[in-house]
Amino acid sequence: MEPIPQVEERVRLTSSASGAGQFIRSLTAIIWKDMAAELRSRELLSAMLVFALLVILIFNFALELDAQARATVTAGVLWVTFAFAGTLGLNRSMAMEKDRGCLDGLLLAPVDRSAIYFGKAIGNLIFMLIVEAIVLPVYSVLYSVNLFEPGLLLVIFLGSIGYVAVGTLLSSMAVQTRTRDVLLPILLFPLVIPVLIAAVKGSTGFLQGADVVDIRPWINLLLVYDVIFIAVAFMVFDYIVEE
Amino acid sequence: MMITVRKLIKRFGLKTVLRGMDFSVEPGEFVALLGPNGAGKTTFLRILSSLSRPTIGLVKIAGYSLPNQAAAVRRRLGVVSHLPLLYGDLTAEENLRFYARMYAVAHAENRITDVLEMVGLSSRRRDLVRTFSRGMQQRLAIGRAVLHDPEVMLFDEPHTGLDQDACLMLDTVLREVAARGRTVVMTSHDLARVADLASRFDILSRGVITASVQRSQMDPNNLLAFYRQAIAEA
Amino acid sequence: MEPKPRLLAILDIVTLLLFLTAVAMVFFYAPLEAVMGQVQRVFYFHVANAWVGMLGFMVAAIAGVAFLRKGDRKWDIVGLAAVEISFVFFFIAIVSGSVWARGSWGTWWTWDPRLTTAAIVELVYAAYFMLRQGIEDPDRRARFGAVYAILSFLSVPLTFISIRIFRTIHPVIIGSGAAGAEGSFEMTPKMLQVFMFSLLTFSFIFADLLWHRIRLGKLAEVTENLRLKTLQ
Repeated sequence: MEPIPQVEERVRLTSSASGAGQFIRSLTAIIWKDMAAELRSRELLSAMLVFALLVILIFNFALELDAQARATVTAGVLWVTFAFAGTLGLNRSMAMEKDRGCLDGLLLAPVDRSAIYFGKAIGNLIFMLIVEAIVLPVYSVLYSVNLFEPGLLLVIFLGSIGYVAVGTLLSSMAVQTRTRDVLLPILLFPLVIPVLIAAVKGSTGFLQGADVVDIRPWINLLLVYDVIFIAVAFMVFDYIVEE
Repeated sequence: MMITVRKLIKRFGLKTVLRGMDFSVEPGEFVALLGPNGAGKTTFLRILSSLSRPTIGLVKIAGYSLPNQAAAVRRRLGVVSHLPLLYGDLTAEENLRFYARMYAVAHAENRITDVLEMVGLSSRRRDLVRTFSRGMQQRLAIGRAVLHDPEVMLFDEPHTGLDQDACLMLDTVLREVAARGRTVVMTSHDLARVADLASRFDILSRGVITASVQRSQMDPNNLLAFYRQAIAEA
Repeated sequence: MEPKPRLLAILDIVTLLLFLTAVAMVFFYAPLEAVMGQVQRVFYFHVANAWVGMLGFMVAAIAGVAFLRKGDRKWDIVGLAAVEISFVFFFIAIVSGSVWARGSWGTWWTWDPRLTTAAIVELVYAAYFMLRQGIEDPDRRARFGAVYAILSFLSVPLTFISIRIFRTIHPVIIGSGAAGAEGSFEMTPKMLQVFMFSLLTFSFIFADLLWHRIRLGKLAEVTENLRLKTLQ
């Protein structure tokens, strides 16, 4: 290998410009960038939030909920809301990269591809958690239901992780097709059913004060799902973004 | 040899775009890669920039081969395409700061200031990129590309969509970039533009290099005639 | 493009004979079940189709992994063929399951784990086809198809488990009888024979159709290649 001409002595790459240090650095850079851009435009969050609140409103009229029915149906309503609002967020997050060719910009950087995946996925998770954090109190107030059960919050957290893990992967595929936005829910929902079932049953369990022993299988299912799909995403993301 | 390409073939499914290209660039050369639409210029540049994998063939940049040593190659590459690769909702300096972190650039703040000055955007550093004109975005894109001081720069039709003034400004920046001894490969439609900038002209037609000539061996005014002939012969 | 291989021609004949024998066995050899009568005969085809459909799903996932690792287009053809055929098999399983439900419980649909999961698999396949449909570049189409096949193959068992924990009314024939499982019946040795034979038959049908479909896929590629050559 011939010696490479060093033209500007001032520019030196930092010493930890490789391995784990760079991985973490690029990961946080991507998350930070998504947060900063969103803070400016607030497009993503406002779209997700307004949509979520509208869905809850529609449910109010679509399902005649007396206090009794409400107890059993709350978890389902919440999760349908999160699932649909979630697709909005996933779509926009990836579309933002695709539109100005920024995805290429990310791929050109000397970082592991999975850092891009995790950066986007964590960013998506944060947005989803923010929306959930606003929707839960609103629902609480509208329907006089106490939703501040730590168990419930745990289930929602685990469920969101699974949803976003698969969703980020699929949205990076969907964004490269002709049918884009329309395709994501079609790809995502069949795969995310275990999360929905486990999250709804687990949430209902906590809301109705069921025995932890009964709720345990649902939490385990969520954990298993999260672990499997995060691991698979790590292995498979490269193939999605390469050409 | 800074860039070595031998017998490069690129297929998309059953369609062959590059048919056994041979191409090499010495350190410090400025090569203009010309050719008609569909010749494969963008495809070739995407392969050089590691965004696309060669189907068959050897590609080496700065001694590292693609696609196996892609990470090492990326560190030494700066790429400007006709899309700006910038985030509209961030300011100019935030964009550069992001890329500085992605490329692990040391003394990032100083470097960002220098780069902004080089591309003539110091006064707009706190403005959102979505308020920039196309010409300004292109200049900032070049700034992004040189941020980590790459040895090799790849430009894919950078003058696209720019008006006359913007083009002249771009040329100034391009000369500045090239003057530091960097190796440059630039594709273009616009013969008049590259006539002044490049030290070598290669013609890519139907997936292979059909002609190559040094600036010193040819009168740049005859570039158009030379180009037409090279295309006709293919 | 080579003419139909000898082995495939033999397979065609063997498969056809097996199928005719299986039909005969189902209607004439298998005993009449006491509770459900003639409707019960659907069972022999229903379960065989479901299991073989599952086999197809697995083949698609394995082909997906193989394609991602090797990059050989033939794995993509295998994967697509497996999904297409599995799609049909699951459809037959769902329809026969529906007939079974009608005969046993008077409803056309039951939300039990297996039937529901089968329906979900059909939706997954539909998504798979739509994904492929929206991509121009054949290499990317193959890669995305492979990834989705792998992801769905991991997700569907989890779906099944979660629905299983959710509710159970599907007849549990082989294995322990779950509490509350209605419509189950004891299998006599003759029934078991017919069932096994049916399973064998449908495995052969799957292999036969898969082979034919793969040949068709290869032929399509050759045609496409010729078409591009004449255009260029």
